[in-house]
Amino acid sequence: MSTVNGKAEEPVGGASGRRAPTVADFTTGQEVRWCPGCGDHAILSTMRGLLPALGVAPENTVVVSGIGCSSRLPYYLDTYGIHSIHGRAPSFATGISINRPDLSVWVVTGDGDALAIGGNHLIHALRRNVNLKILLLNNHIYGLTKGQASPTSKVGTIGPSSPFGSLDNPFNPIALALGAGATFVARTIDTDRRHLTATLTAAAAHKGAALVEIRQGCPTFSAIPRQPNRAAGETSPAESDDPSAPEHGPIRLSPGLPIVFGAKEQWGIVRDPSTGELGIGHGGDSRVVVHDPGTQNSTYAYALARLAETSLAEPPIGVYRSVSAPSFDQLYQERLATARPDGRGDLRTLLKGTDSWTHAG
Amino acid sequence: MPTEQLSERPEGARRLENVVIRFAGDSGDGMQLTGDRFGAQAAAIGNDVATLPNYPAEIRAPAGTVAGVSSYQLHIADHDIRTPGDQPDVLVAMNPAALKANVAELRPGGVIILDTDAFTVLGLEKAGYDVDPLTDGSLDAFQVHGINLTGFAAAAVADHNLKRKDAARTKNMFALGLVSWMFSQPIEDTIAYLHKRFASKPDVQAANVSALRAGWIYGEASEAFANVYEVKPAPLPAGTYRHMKGNKAVAYGLVAAAHQAGMPLFLGAYPITPASEILHELSALASNDVRSFQAEDEIAAIGAAIGGSYAGMLGVTVTSGPGMALKAEALGLAVIMELPLVIVNVQRGGPSTGLPTKTEQSDLLQAIYGRHGEAPMPVIAVRSAADGFDAAMEAARIALAYRTPVILLSDAYIANGSEPWRVPEIEELPFIGIDLATEPNGVDAEGNPVFLPYARDPITLARPLAIPGTPGLTHRIGGLEKADLTGAVSYDPDNHDLMIRTRQSKIDGIDVPPLEVEDPSGPPGSGADVLVIGWGSTWGPIGEACRQVRAEGMKVAQAHLRHIVPLPANLASVLSEYHTVLVPEMNLGQLAGHLRRETLIDTVGYNQTRGMPFRTAELASVITRVIQGIDEDAAGAAGTKPVGDVGARRAALSEAGAAKPAAHAGTATATQHDGTREAGR
Ligand SMILES: Cc1ncc(C[n+]2csc(CCOP(=O)(O)OP(=O)(O)O)c2C)c(N)n1
Ligand code: SF4
Ligand SMILES: [Mg+2]
Repeated sequence: MSTVNGKAEEPVGGASGRRAPTVADFTTGQEVRWCPGCGDHAILSTMRGLLPALGVAPENTVVVSGIGCSSRLPYYLDTYGIHSIHGRAPSFATGISINRPDLSVWVVTGDGDALAIGGNHLIHALRRNVNLKILLLNNHIYGLTKGQASPTSKVGTIGPSSPFGSLDNPFNPIALALGAGATFVARTIDTDRRHLTATLTAAAAHKGAALVEIRQGCPTFSAIPRQPNRAAGETSPAESDDPSAPEHGPIRLSPGLPIVFGAKEQWGIVRDPSTGELGIGHGGDSRVVVHDPGTQNSTYAYALARLAETSLAEPPIGVYRSVSAPSFDQLYQERLATARPDGRGDLRTLLKGTDSWTHAG
Repeated sequence: MPTEQLSERPEGARRLENVVIRFAGDSGDGMQLTGDRFGAQAAAIGNDVATLPNYPAEIRAPAGTVAGVSSYQLHIADHDIRTPGDQPDVLVAMNPAALKANVAELRPGGVIILDTDAFTVLGLEKAGYDVDPLTDGSLDAFQVHGINLTGFAAAAVADHNLKRKDAARTKNMFALGLVSWMFSQPIEDTIAYLHKRFASKPDVQAANVSALRAGWIYGEASEAFANVYEVKPAPLPAGTYRHMKGNKAVAYGLVAAAHQAGMPLFLGAYPITPASEILHELSALASNDVRSFQAEDEIAAIGAAIGGSYAGMLGVTVTSGPGMALKAEALGLAVIMELPLVIVNVQRGGPSTGLPTKTEQSDLLQAIYGRHGEAPMPVIAVRSAADGFDAAMEAARIALAYRTPVILLSDAYIANGSEPWRVPEIEELPFIGIDLATEPNGVDAEGNPVFLPYARDPITLARPLAIPGTPGLTHRIGGLEKADLTGAVSYDPDNHDLMIRTRQSKIDGIDVPPLEVEDPSGPPGSGADVLVIGWGSTWGPIGEACRQVRAEGMKVAQAHLRHIVPLPANLASVLSEYHTVLVPEMNLGQLAGHLRRETLIDTVGYNQTRGMPFRTAELASVITRVIQGIDEDAAGAAGTKPVGDVGARRAALSEAGAAKPAAHAGTATATQHDGTREAGR
């Protein structure tokens, strides 16, 4: 045992001098308890595969969650972790991250956890650009409490608390994050492990707050209709002439490439040169947008996020925005360092102040 | 005139043992600064000082109205004092509203200094005076000095090319200079202070210094005052002293605690009166390795503090009642995760926004019980401004040693009040550091070394803490019930029962010092018949009241609870030595109820919730009545009414109500639980 003295000052632990961590190193013995077929299984196994590849030792990884089916995830990862209270995970994670820049801090949250009860903490973590990797497991429903409509449920969602259909408009998590000034915003989907892995890897590499919405199927309360896996060569049985038909599958956003979709890439996202607005056009149109998540101004990413709501069956997946800005953690540590150029100030000097006097008794 | 000459004590000053002075003016008149500086000057010459700032909840209530009056009362003495005094001897009134709001509390024969510049037709009208009090004879009982403070101040600063309005604003410094002269106080410290405070505004700086000096010179030259007074130094124990405000003392106590634990201090907070000042103080101390974070709300503030604790900091959050309510869920999490954390609640008048700038002790039950589930948590209370330092260190000691959140209760009276504080030598401070886990502390079924985050120290029942970054000790904690030892999620009924009892035992077993009784007439059982017990900021008024009662030849004992959860082990045996235990509280009997629950001893309550501390005279008369009630009992003059009998209580209440004098802020208002007529158990 040693005292805590000075411990937090320098990076502790570290994988140096040890063998590279493996999937097993990130796996706990705790029995995984999600419904069969739940999208959370795929997300967990992706995380187990991804974390060793990031080269951060398990002990330098902290996973913080709120409450919900999704928020059980930290129990299954053999890192440090907190399964906290409903909606508040970003606040605990902020306290850890800004004090310990040596740690890699992840937040796992659900659509109810992050966007209903915890909406306030989410937007503030994003605006501050705290160095957190926030995985928002969006199943468009409250899973753990048995199927009530969530802030991402479509209008008309039937559930035990909305037997005649929900009335409230859903949030678009991507648009919300962009509005909060997030520096990294992405969307991916549980059924596409390659896309999931690539997106989370990009998020992990980002310095600052990274929000990744992971569309997740909840077969028990809110299944996402299975999409053709085009990466595996599957095509939809009857490709329609309607670009907003579901069988096209989600548009995949790739930096530097034109945004086109459909089996023959016959559709594309075009920009009206006079208004700057985005719309759906033909794949061969010269106005097809070339995706650039690095655009400082988030108007483009926002328009892209909004377009999906009105004109597409499925929202595009990929990185919407990735720009660099100093993280709150870095600014916080710099502020501390400048405040004590010669180390910690003398306590007695502080206590005595400049206005003390001596009393002979 | 050189400063040195200014500072010489006037010849032939009349010696006073103590004096109570109240500066009152409009919220914009700088009365808080004026009072604060006068207190600092008095402390610096060695007086004992106790202060009571009082200001409206609005930043600027309508100027010139009674609602907008801000005041600052000081008690300075040549002996040990514990309260800011009941009645001012001197009132400085910067406008008619300040006079109106405060004159009723002035001692008959007391001195009034008022700014005639503000006594215009309009000024009188705003204050709600139909007739000019300066001419209608209503102030005949006092020694009134009407002086054009604004006019003299403006003239004194005429050379500093300030705008008219700004020039007039130096009137508070003119008044301070005058009162400083009157009480033979040197003003160098204040000059130095003004230099620092207005360093970036040389004109304002120079003008304030000029006004201050002009006030002093006016006193000397005008011969308007027949007497100059002097309060000699008080015989305080030898040492280095500082004039200390309660909020600052708590902040410094937290910094010292982190220092003595060898950990960085991490504060997560959201602004709220009257706790914000602790956030402000700590935010300025990055150079002492204090990390502060202003969160988006109180929930995030405690969340960040818990995160900080988990990551190896001394986590702290500060707030007041409404914020405390928001933190309740996270407190439960800290209880079950068994992490060190200090939660400071600077209480104010409730419920809801209540009286946000006034004092009250009405969050005690919230602190003790205010969580769902069985969530025991130590509760400690600060008793005076200077005590904030020790109380904060004690809270941190318990939090660290027992790995538990600890609630530290202060209140608005302590927060804003000030008194001399002996600056401790670092060597006097206890070492409160803890060992962090660095190695596995158990083996699994196959005999492999493992980390058991919920194995416990056999004596303290504290669990080991392993902070992120420690190799081999990765583990998850959270709000779900944990299996004993392993900390794995467990829904086992017997385990849950065991864990609940274990967490309770850990808190029950915290080592707290025994309750001490102050009674010059003898130890419990052979001294006084009446014990007055309090917690928090009533320490001062109760102590002064007991002294007063003793000075009148009666016997009374005083005890004060710093530790409310857990209570001192000898509490019940001490209380049972007294015929009557009196519990004055600024609530409707929260400690009294808690004591009954914990000791089965009935007490007699004396309760008020006026947003102001108890007055010494008020408490002294209550104590006297209780003592006399016992004597009557002994003589068989009064039958004993059973305590707890609702009818008897109602009767006592209405009798007390009937006896209540006309509503007047300075009068004792007997309230519910006024059992002075049912003395005895
Ligand atoms: C303060 C509080 N309110 C309500 C709950 C009940 N609750 C638990 S999880 C949950 C919703 C979870 O939904 P989501 O975040 O979408 O997670 P999912 O289960 O769908 O993964 C609710 C309302 C709680 N645990 N705490
Ligand atoms: S309820 Fe839905 S989200 Fe929860 S575990 Fe089952 S399938 Fe997954
Ligand atoms: Mg959900």
